[in-house]
Amino acid sequence: MLEIRNLRHDYGGRTVLSVPSWSVPKGEASLVIGASGSGKSTLIAIIAGLLLPTAGEVRVGEQEITRLTGAQRDAYRARHIGLAPQTLHLIGVLSVRDNLRLARRLACLPADDALLDAGLASLGIAQLAAHKARELSVGEAQRVAIARAVVNRPALILADEPTSALDDANCAKALALLREQAAACGATLVIATHDQRIRDHFPRRLEL
Amino acid sequence: MSIVRLAWAYLASRPLLTLLHVAMLAIGVGTVILLMLFTAQTEERLARDASPVDLVVGAKGSPLQLILSSVLHVDVPTGNIPYAEARKIGAGPMVAAAVPVSLGDSFRGLRIVGTNAGFLALYSARVDKGRVFERPMEAVLGSEAARRARLAPGAKFAGSHGLAESGPAHAAHPYEVVGILAPTGTVVDRLVLTPLESVWEVHEEHKPGEADKHAAGESEGKEITSLLVKYRTPLAAAILPRQVNSNTAMQAASPAYESAKLMNLIGVGVDAMRVLAVVIMVTAAVSVFVALMSALQERRYDLALLRTLGARPGTLFALLAAEGVTLVVAGVILGLVLGHAAAEALGRWIARSNPWSITGFAWVSAEAGVVAVVLLAGVATSLLPAMQAYRRDPAILLKR
Repeated sequence: MLEIRNLRHDYGGRTVLSVPSWSVPKGEASLVIGASGSGKSTLIAIIAGLLLPTAGEVRVGEQEITRLTGAQRDAYRARHIGLAPQTLHLIGVLSVRDNLRLARRLACLPADDALLDAGLASLGIAQLAAHKARELSVGEAQRVAIARAVVNRPALILADEPTSALDDANCAKALALLREQAAACGATLVIATHDQRIRDHFPRRLEL
Repeated sequence: MSIVRLAWAYLASRPLLTLLHVAMLAIGVGTVILLMLFTAQTEERLARDASPVDLVVGAKGSPLQLILSSVLHVDVPTGNIPYAEARKIGAGPMVAAAVPVSLGDSFRGLRIVGTNAGFLALYSARVDKGRVFERPMEAVLGSEAARRARLAPGAKFAGSHGLAESGPAHAAHPYEVVGILAPTGTVVDRLVLTPLESVWEVHEEHKPGEADKHAAGESEGKEITSLLVKYRTPLAAAILPRQVNSNTAMQAASPAYESAKLMNLIGVGVDAMRVLAVVIMVTAAVSVFVALMSALQERRYDLALLRTLGARPGTLFALLAAEGVTLVVAGVILGLVLGHAAAEALGRWIARSNPWSITGFAWVSAEAGVVAVVLLAGVATSLLPAMQAYRRDPAILLKR
């Protein structure tokens, strides 16, 4: 599960994020929703261990993230957190399969091509495995980014604005894919967005 | 998918730029290596060719020209000297050995040197096939000369007048090859040696039967090109040259001194080339630096993504450093190959018209220093971009 207590982050002398208490049970999906600049991305960065908060605690499962050293946070993120950034960024010079292999490698896990190919197949993009990431369409890149987020079977999947650039039909597909993949690996799913279209899909929400 | 493979993927994604950086570095390194091979082998060759001879006595003129023609066999002689005068010097108490040299003809670009058996002793040359010359018009070939002329004992050939390949042939006076020398690693390897009397015979008009006069050793009024002298005592170095220069119409020149002077003259050009090569290498290093800094900017989101995937700052440092080091290592390896290939090509070109040459199949110990300095400079060049990668804020990907 994900649990946050008394979280505060200051920047430039002012508080940009304040979350007194919030939790998401293991395997559940939840939404962090708010307008641009409300601190959603900052919260995702803190939960991912990319940013240390000014105060407070963030616990993923049994692990208190904020008490880890930088190197420990990097290792923990690689192994237990799947991150799908807003821009669905992939390493363009690598093939789709190598993008996934890289994520496995950085988590110190064996490449396991059979697992990677199965993951791509479950997202309907097995035929893209050998393609360079820079050759993909936005929709294809999104699926690859999701495949990469779940490739290490993380405990927590963080998706930052996964639907904001998509039309209604693709928005629904992206949400379904995320939920499906999170459920397949038993991961807790947290989506940060300002997209009001998906608000009602998630009964569990944190409004910023 | 290792970091090295990722670095390689980035380099391979812009092949032209990568090749340009590597080529630039390789040209700089290759030029330095070529100059090193050239100067080291030239110095060594000069030392090897000049060291058996302490003093050369010849006609007045440029002392450097005298050494170049009589010891290194790359220039025309300054003139002739009376053999009788030369013999008087050779008979002096300070002289351990005196070997006459008479030049003027060549065979297919190989110089024909009229001398005596003392010449072979001077350069510690020994006969590999056949025997040493005993009579006029007999010739012994150095190992390289025999290979190039494709002559073996028993073969006959006619020399050409002058030291150029295109001189008129002395067809009426053929030489007979009686021996081939073992390789000595000196200028002797590329010479055709014959008794002094052969040169006199070829260049004089004879009445029938007069050749025998040379064979009998009649040398009154004869001239030679120079006398190669080996001192009996170190004191001779202070006395003999002065005596020759002051009391005779001849000049005395020291091969060691003139060789050093020659290397100084060559050194000016070599230094200029070396500065140019260093400028090219520095430019190449700057270009690698610019390439890495530009890569850092282009890939700021890639680097941030790697951090979100769990890459440690040190991994990003290693990625940028690996790219820089790959460029530098490739440039150094290609530079070494280019330098040695250029030395070999230059050597073959020089060998077509000179009795000395250089080879690319040699290694100068200073090359290791160049490789080490360039590699260190390359690594140092990669450090700043790598440090900046190390300090990248991974959260930029989420703030985009």
